[in-house]
Amino acid sequence: MKHLKTSRAPISQKAYVPSAPENVDTIGGTVTVQINSKTMTVPFGTTILEACRMSDIYIPTLCAHEDLGIGGHCRLCLVDVEGMRTLQASCAFPITAPLKVKTSTIAVRKARKHIMELLLSEHVGECYACVKNGNCELQDLAKEMGVDSYMFGHDNVSKYPVDRSSYSVIRDMDKCVNCRRCVRTCIDLQEVGCLEAIGRGAETHIDTFMAKPLAEVVCINCGQCINRCPTGALYANDPSDEIWRAIEDPTKHVVIQTAPSPRAAIGEEFGLEPGISLTKELNTAIKRIGFDKVFDTNFTADLTIMEEGTELLTRIKKAVVDGDESVKLPQFTSCSPGWVKYIEHFYPEYLDHLSSAKSPQQMFGTIIKTFYAEQAGIDPKDIVSVALMPCSAKKFECNRPEMDASGYKDVDYGLTAREMAMMIKEAGMKLPSLPKSDFDNPFGLGSGAGLIFGATGGVMEAALRTVYELVTGREVPFEKLRIEAVRGFEGVKQSSVVLENVVPDWSFLEGVELKFIVAHGTANAKKVMELLKAGELYDVHFIEIMACPGGCLGGGGQPVPTNEKIRKARAKAIYAEEETLPVRKSHENSHVAEFYAKFIPEGPCSHKSHELLHTHYTKRGKFIL
Amino acid sequence: MLVLEKNNLTEEIELFASQYDFHRTALMPLLEYIQEKYHHIPDFAQQEVARVLDIHPVEVYGVISFYSFLNDQPKGRNIVRLCRTIICDMAGKCQIEQAIERELGLKFGETSKDQKITLEFTNCLGMCDQGPAMIVNDRVYTKLDPEKACAILKEIK
Ligand code: SF4
Ligand code: SF4
Ligand code: SF4
Ligand code: FES
Repeated sequence: MKHLKTSRAPISQKAYVPSAPENVDTIGGTVTVQINSKTMTVPFGTTILEACRMSDIYIPTLCAHEDLGIGGHCRLCLVDVEGMRTLQASCAFPITAPLKVKTSTIAVRKARKHIMELLLSEHVGECYACVKNGNCELQDLAKEMGVDSYMFGHDNVSKYPVDRSSYSVIRDMDKCVNCRRCVRTCIDLQEVGCLEAIGRGAETHIDTFMAKPLAEVVCINCGQCINRCPTGALYANDPSDEIWRAIEDPTKHVVIQTAPSPRAAIGEEFGLEPGISLTKELNTAIKRIGFDKVFDTNFTADLTIMEEGTELLTRIKKAVVDGDESVKLPQFTSCSPGWVKYIEHFYPEYLDHLSSAKSPQQMFGTIIKTFYAEQAGIDPKDIVSVALMPCSAKKFECNRPEMDASGYKDVDYGLTAREMAMMIKEAGMKLPSLPKSDFDNPFGLGSGAGLIFGATGGVMEAALRTVYELVTGREVPFEKLRIEAVRGFEGVKQSSVVLENVVPDWSFLEGVELKFIVAHGTANAKKVMELLKAGELYDVHFIEIMACPGGCLGGGGQPVPTNEKIRKARAKAIYAEEETLPVRKSHENSHVAEFYAKFIPEGPCSHKSHELLHTHYTKRGKFIL
Repeated sequence: MLVLEKNNLTEEIELFASQYDFHRTALMPLLEYIQEKYHHIPDFAQQEVARVLDIHPVEVYGVISFYSFLNDQPKGRNIVRLCRTIICDMAGKCQIEQAIERELGLKFGETSKDQKITLEFTNCLGMCDQGPAMIVNDRVYTKLDPEKACAILKEIK
C-alpha cells in the first residue's frame, strides 16, 4: 500500500532515528559502547536506553513509552556519558560514535532522586485516595529511588479543577507530571490532537484547545491517553458506585454483558501474565457480586455480522445489479465508537459509508430491554443494563441520545475492565482462583466469530466467514477457518478473496473479487480515509476500522500498562480461545437463528431490525465552538 | 465575529499561508501577522490557521500560549511592557510602575476601558546596563525616570 504522509506531529515529537545502514555488517553499521563495565556492539543509532535494556541494565524512565516517539521530558533516565559536561537523558541519546556510559554513579543517582523530589514537590495528590494507587509509575519510581521525605516540599493546594465534562475521560491535572505521553498519544499515535503542552516554563501544563472542557473538543474518547498516563491524572469515568447501588436495590434487575477483550485481559489486574482468558471465572465473580444475569456480547457480535454482512451484500447488489449510483461503497464497520466519533468529526462527508448497524454493545442493550424483558416477563424500566467493555468510548456511546430504541436508555452503564477488576476486589474475591461457570440463557455462548471481534481484523474475519459461505455455500477456503491475511498488527492490511461457484441467489457475484482493508488506530484510519478521498479505494468493498491500536484488546478501558508485547499476548489468548469453541461462524449460532425466528422473523436488515438494531450518525465536523 | 469578518480573515490567512506553500513553517509569521493586525488571535483564526496548515488547533494554541507577544484574548491597541527583572528592579522599576499606574489610573495586568493601553510586566529585555527599561509596542525606552515614562505614555494614541 502506498505510503501517505499524514503525520502532522512536530518533528520534536517524532522518534529521532539516525539513518542506519541497511546492512549492519557494513563498516559503520554498528558502534561499540561500554556501559558500566560491559562492552557491547549495537546498531548505529540505538539509544543508550535501548542498549541498556538489551543488556539487562535497568534505567528508570517515566516519559519514555514503547508505543510513542522519544520525549526526553522527565530526565529521570539520566546517565553519565564520558566527555559530556552534563548528565544525558539516555532515552533521547542515540549512539552514533563509540561511548563510555556509566549508569549508576553517585552524581547520576543524586540527580535522579532530586528530579523525582522536584516532580513530587509540585504533584498534588495523596496516594491512598488515588485511582492509580498500587499501579502508578510515579509511585513506583519514588519508591525505587528511595524517596523518604519531600526534600523540596510537597504542594497540597489544588491548581486545576478536575475536568469531568467527558462521559469517558476524566482529567485531574493536579496529578500530572507533564511527561507528555498523552500529548504524544493523542497527536502522534491517534492523530486526533486534543491535548498539547500549554504555557511555558513553570506554568506549562497539559490542556485542550482554549482550555475547553474535554467534552467540547474533538476528543474521540478512545482512552489511549489513559492507558499511557503514568500517573492518576487521566482516568475513565467510573460508574461502579451507581452499579453497586442498583445491585443493592431489590426492585432492579441488573444484567451485564461481557465483551471478549476484557475477559482476555482482566487477569493482568490480578497479577497474571498477559494472555490468559478468564471468561468463565469472570462469570462466577459477576454472579457473586450480585448481578442477576450475565450474557455474552459475542451473541450480538454474531447479530452484528448478520446485519452488517447483509447490509454489505445488499449494497453490492444495488451497485452491481441495479446500477444504483447513490450506494456508497466501500462500507465501513461501525462497532468501534471511537472510530465512529472520529469519522463524525474528521470525515463527516463520508458518514454514508459507515454501516448503519449498531455496535454489539448497543444491539444487546436494545435486545435486553425488549426481547429479553418480554421473555423473562420483567418491566424494562426495572432493568439496569451494564456492559463490560475494553473501551472508554463505549461510555460515550451508551449516552448518545439516539440510543433509546427500546424506549429506555438501551445500555445504562459502560464498565471498563479496570473498573470491573476493582469491583471484584472490593467484593473480596481473587478472580483467577474462582470456579468456572457459564453464560445465562436465552443467549448462551456466542460463536468464535464473535469472540475474535476483540482483535484487529476480527470483524473482517467473522464477516468473511459468513459472507463467503452465504454466497458460495462453502466454508472459507482457509485451514481451520484462520484467515491469516487479516490477522496481525500491521497498521493497514489489504487483501481480497475471489467468489467462485456461487449459489444461484448470488449469481451476480460470480467471479467477483471481494476486496477488503483492515486498519487499527485512528492514525491508520486517517491514512485509509486519505486514500479514499484521493479516489484510490473505488474498488474496495469492505473496510474494518478499530480506533485503538491492536483493536479492542488494546482499548482504553483495558488494564494498564500496554505495549505491543502485551497486546500480542492478548490477541493470542483470544484466537486460542476461539478455536476451542463449538461454533465458529456467526450464522451457525443457533441462538441467533432462534432469536430471529422469535423476534425478527423478517430477518436481518428488515424494517423491525432497522428500528432496533440500526442507528444513524451525526455530522459533527472538527470546528470547535 | 460576523460572518463577513470571518470570511475575510479566512481569505487573509489562506493568502498569507500560500506564500509558504501551506507548509507548517508558516505558523510563526502567520500568527505574528494576525497578532499585529488584530491585536490578538481569536479562536476562530487559530482554527483556520490549523486547517490551512494541516495541524491541530491545539498545537496552534500551544504556540500562542508559549509566546508572551502572542495573545488569544483581546488586548489594548498599545501594549506597555515594563521590565521586572532584578537589575531594572534595583534601578528603580517600582517608582516607574507607581508613576505609570497613577498617571493612567490603571494597574499592571489591566487594559484601559477604551482598549487603548494594556500594562504588563516583562522579563529581561537585555537592557540591564540602561535600566529601568520598558517597551511600548515595538519600541524600547531606557534609562527611564517617572516623568520621562509618563511623557512617553502621553504620546501614544
Ligand atoms: S498519581 Fe501516583 S503518586 Fe500521585 S497520588 Fe496517585 S498513586 Fe500517588
Ligand atoms: S481519549 Fe483519545 S482522543 Fe481523547 S484525549 Fe485521549 S487520546 Fe485523545
Ligand atoms: S496527563 Fe498523564 S500522560 Fe499526560 S502529561 Fe500528565 S502525567 Fe503525562
Ligand atoms: S525517560 Fe528519558 S527523559 Fe523521560
